[in-house]
Amino acid sequence: MIEIISQPWPWYISGPLISLVMFLMTYFGKKLGVSSNLKTMCTIAGADKLSGFFKFDWKGQIWNLVFVLGALIGGFIARQYLTTDPSVAISPETIRDLTALGISDAGADYAPNSIFGWENVLSLRGFIVLILGGIMIGFGTRYADGCTSGHAISGLSNLQLPSLIAVIGFFIGGLIMTHFLLPIILSL
Amino acid sequence: MKYIKYLIVGILFGIILSKSEAVSWYRIFEMFKFQSFHMYGIIGSAVVIGVIIIQIMKHMGMQSIEGAEIKFVVKDMGVTRYLIGGTIFGLGWALSGACPGPMFVLVGQGLTSFLVVIVSAMLGTFLYGLVRDKLPH
Repeated sequence: MIEIISQPWPWYISGPLISLVMFLMTYFGKKLGVSSNLKTMCTIAGADKLSGFFKFDWKGQIWNLVFVLGALIGGFIARQYLTTDPSVAISPETIRDLTALGISDAGADYAPNSIFGWENVLSLRGFIVLILGGIMIGFGTRYADGCTSGHAISGLSNLQLPSLIAVIGFFIGGLIMTHFLLPIILSL
Repeated sequence: MKYIKYLIVGILFGIILSKSEAVSWYRIFEMFKFQSFHMYGIIGSAVVIGVIIIQIMKHMGMQSIEGAEIKFVVKDMGVTRYLIGGTIFGLGWALSGACPGPMFVLVGQGLTSFLVVIVSAMLGTFLYGLVRDKLPH
C-alpha cells in the first residue's frame, strides 16, 4: 500500500481528492481559499496601521491560517514519508524546451535548483523569479479577490461568473509569461 | 481544539498537492505549454466533481457540521478587477511556479527558498492595499 501511495498520484485520483477538500471546508461552514491568508499575515505584521484595507478582525481568520499550516505540514509528510523519488515525469517536449532555455536538470526535483537553490536566489534571475514573481502573486490575487483555490476550485464549483473571468485572466498572464517573458528572464 | 479539523484537512490538502505534483514549477510550465493533460485533468476533474457536490448540497439544503445554514459566497459581479488582477497573478504563477497554497507546501517539503516567495507575496498584497483606491475594479 505505502509503495503505491509513494508513487506520483494520477490526475483522476488527485482532482477528485481536491474536490473532497473543497467539500469538507464547505461542510465546516468555510470556503476553501488560500490567498486571503496573505492579507491576514499582513494585518498581523502591522499593515493595518498603514492602510485601512488591512483593518479587520484577523482572529476570525485563524481557521484559515491553521489550514495553511496544515498544508505546510502535509508537504513535509509527503516528502519525508510518502515519496521515494522526487523527480517529476514531465513530457519529453517540456524537457527539450527547458534544456533549450538552459535548465539542464529539468524534472529532477519539484523545482529547478538553478533558480530556487539558495545560492541562486540572490542572482538577478533569482530576484525576478522569487521576489517579482511573489509580488505579482500577492498583488494579483488580492486585486482579483482570489487565487487558484478560491476562484478556480471554489468559485467555479459554485458556478461564479467572476471566477471564470479571473481564471481566464490567470491563463492570459500565464501564457504571456511562459511563451514570451520567461525565455528572456531565463537567459539573464 | 475547534481548529483541529482545519489542520487535518490542511494536511490532506498539502499531501494531495504534493503527490499530484501540482506544486511543481515544471508542471506549471508544462501546463502553459499545453504539453501534458496532467494539470488540466486535475483542475478539470476537481471542478466538475466540485460543481456536482455543490449542486447536491444546495438541493439537499445540507447543514454545516455545526448545524448552521451553509452560506455560499457570491462574488460581486465585474470584469476589470478579475481580468487584470487575474492576469497579474497568472504572470507571477507561471514565473514562480507556485500559487499561494503550493508556496507553503513547498516550504514544508524543504524547498525553503519559497519563504522568499511567501514574504514577497505578502509585500505584493500590502502594495495592493496601499493603492487599491486608485485602481479600477
